[in-house]
Amino acid sequence: MGGTSKLLLSAAVTVLASTMPVLAAWQPQKPIEFVATAGPGGGTDNLARAVQNIITKYKLTEQPIVVVNKGGGSGAEGYVYGKASAGDPYKVIFGTSNAWQQPLVSKVAFNYTDLTPVAAMAQDEFLLWVKQDAPYKTAGDYLKAAASGEFKMGGAQSKDTDEVLTRMIEKAGKVKLTYIPFKSGAETAVQLAGGHLDSHVNNPSESLGQWRGGTQRPLCVFSPKRLPQGAKITATEGWGDVPTCVEQGLDIKQYEQPRTVWLPGKVTPEQAAYYGDLMRKVQATPEWKDYLEKTSQVDTFLTGAEFDKFIKEDLEHVKQVAGEQGWLVK
Amino acid sequence: MDNLPELLHGFTIAVTVPHLALMCVGVLLGILVGVLPGLGAPNGVSLLLPLTFGMQPVSAIILLSSMYWGALFGGSVTSILFNIPGEPSSVATTFDGYPMARDGRPTTALATAFGSAAFGALVGVILITFLASWVAEVALAFGPAEYFAVYFLAFASFVGMGGAAPIKTVVALAIGFAIAAIGIDTVSGSVRLTMGVDELVKGVNFVVAVMGLFGIGELLVAVEEEFHARAVSSKIDWREVFRAVGRLPRHALALLRSAAIGCWMGITPGGPTAASFMSYGIARRFSRRGRYFGTGEVEGIISPETADHAAGTSALLPMLSLGIPGSATAAVMMGGLMIWGLNPGPMLFVDQKDFVWGLIASMYVGNIVAVALVLLTVPVFAALMRIPFVIIAPLIVIICVVGAYSVSNSYLDVVMMLGFGIVGYLFKKLFYPLAPLVLAIVIGDKAEDAFRQSMLMSKGSLGIFFANKLVTCLIVGGIALLLLPLVLQLARPFRKPAPPTNETTAQEKVII
Repeated sequence: MGGTSKLLLSAAVTVLASTMPVLAAWQPQKPIEFVATAGPGGGTDNLARAVQNIITKYKLTEQPIVVVNKGGGSGAEGYVYGKASAGDPYKVIFGTSNAWQQPLVSKVAFNYTDLTPVAAMAQDEFLLWVKQDAPYKTAGDYLKAAASGEFKMGGAQSKDTDEVLTRMIEKAGKVKLTYIPFKSGAETAVQLAGGHLDSHVNNPSESLGQWRGGTQRPLCVFSPKRLPQGAKITATEGWGDVPTCVEQGLDIKQYEQPRTVWLPGKVTPEQAAYYGDLMRKVQATPEWKDYLEKTSQVDTFLTGAEFDKFIKEDLEHVKQVAGEQGWLVK
Repeated sequence: MDNLPELLHGFTIAVTVPHLALMCVGVLLGILVGVLPGLGAPNGVSLLLPLTFGMQPVSAIILLSSMYWGALFGGSVTSILFNIPGEPSSVATTFDGYPMARDGRPTTALATAFGSAAFGALVGVILITFLASWVAEVALAFGPAEYFAVYFLAFASFVGMGGAAPIKTVVALAIGFAIAAIGIDTVSGSVRLTMGVDELVKGVNFVVAVMGLFGIGELLVAVEEEFHARAVSSKIDWREVFRAVGRLPRHALALLRSAAIGCWMGITPGGPTAASFMSYGIARRFSRRGRYFGTGEVEGIISPETADHAAGTSALLPMLSLGIPGSATAAVMMGGLMIWGLNPGPMLFVDQKDFVWGLIASMYVGNIVAVALVLLTVPVFAALMRIPFVIIAPLIVIICVVGAYSVSNSYLDVVMMLGFGIVGYLFKKLFYPLAPLVLAIVIGDKAEDAFRQSMLMSKGSLGIFFANKLVTCLIVGGIALLLLPLVLQLARPFRKPAPPTNETTAQEKVII
């Protein structure tokens, strides 16, 4: 660290400052609250704290930042809070795609349209995991075995990303799986290690320790191309050695979960632009790269029209799956 | 025993001047956040977390875990002095700790609690030193059916006994289950029992419930009964601290039994809360002075405190080796591990020997530092009992309101806390027991999730609860504990005549 990184950063900041001179006119005048829609220690909480830490370190704003956890109701607590704070530009809500997925399948008192989208930072990938000593070597073997037996698939929460993906696997692989919801991905990983489940679809960071420890291994990744190589996780393999599911005959091209940043509804475009800009500055720091690498997330940054487009597409897709399963709330 | 060299290596890391200084700082901060309810260990640790990013991982975990020990001890202080448990696991300590403190013996109550807590923690850390690999395997054997069986065992050991009418216990349990069901259901994903209040989707936080039920509820009763309205004239005697600790070995049986229950519940992932309740319940049933429990009995403090700390300590092992956090605080520390670049999991013990054994050694040293510091503070805390009630009562209200608000910065929580205060008052007036209510609020939804996950797995067959030796033993044990008082009651009329009438008042006091 030290001299070089500061130089790089100041260069990045200068470039950014010159590209968006007009919109960044609004400046915060009082302390900012970061609302993590997860309990302390959850992925979204870690993200909010990492961003807070980077902003404080580089003094990207004069104002102090406080992180509060509102993770009740699978994150609904935080979004409802955001909805109730309409017009308040001092509350920044950190969440995932459940901002638009949750209102589809359960009667929560918010919708993503009640919030102002700021950005999607970082994508979490999904992989298909089995127990280390399971007989199948590829996703093809797994599907063949699943067709004859009754496989138990675990996942975090009900009718959320993990179960949506499970239903997609059922459809693409023409199999029937029993889905068992747990509180978190970490809990699910332990249940697989203990042999109480046949498989799960955890994010890389949720099962990293278990893979390294030889209790479970990934069969394939739900991504159009293999993940970046990175450091070796086990003695012989790293993330880049995991084949894509399409390669192995499980035709699901892409499934990922973005980490999203929101403001309450009814804030001005200048205020939204200020935070978009702030997040972009955070993204340019070496600490951010370091955080992504340690948590095995993929660097992406969507804002404005791109982010809107992403939400629309994902929403259509989830609506279709939820509709087929009869989950949609009326 | 092959872990011994590693442990000694760990001590060389933990026992250095900077690390000992970090321990003292951590413990003192921990006592502070533990004593201020609502702040609590998880919040305290998350506030401190950003400061540790620049540190060596092992120094950082020593600081955070020392804070955790301090907060655990600090949490018992408010339970005993003001009947306000700061953590779910210190609820059971209020049952006898608070009556003893009100009785003019706060020093004895605090010193007993700290002494037995230290003993529990020590047994827990010895266990994880020597049985680390075995313990990790046991935890893996626990699927949803086994989880349910453990919760069932905890309920069974607590229900069915006690002074309250069985039907009142059932009513209290049912209300607790209903409160635990509020919010989003894990298994179906739907919203339950929010009664049109949008914010209730988050569910009812435990701290909000107990601050009302115990803190405010007790206050209302005290305001009504005039004898409470004066300060307790407690003699502050330094020697009493040591005398109380010195008397502990006389209760060796209770200590060992509670430590065993605590370790068992810590490694089978039942957790410290279930452990302390279960230990209290079993002590009450098997102690010779069981009928006086609830009036300030020494073993009524020893049992939950020992089990709580034994479980809290041994639960750290599943966190490190499997990556399941046993408590909210452990979850924050796990988040910290990830940020420091370590991944909790089976390989941590192989890849990060310095870190793991430095931590384990620091648990020995940290606990000794914590108990020494906390025993020094006993007279200070005990002196709080001398403050007249007219001053302390508004303070309790302030603590409860601030505590409830700070859980998630929400006014709704304050309103709910006051509502729970009225419920607590009514429960006391009508002789309904509070303990089953709290137990159901704390582990009711976990038990429900585990039951329904088991049913999904077995496609609706109850056979899953008798599918292997482990789960069968747990379930049969639970049923036996549940039926025991019934059998005893049926047998009683043949043994001795009805108890003398002057016991009724004592019995009423015993209801907790």
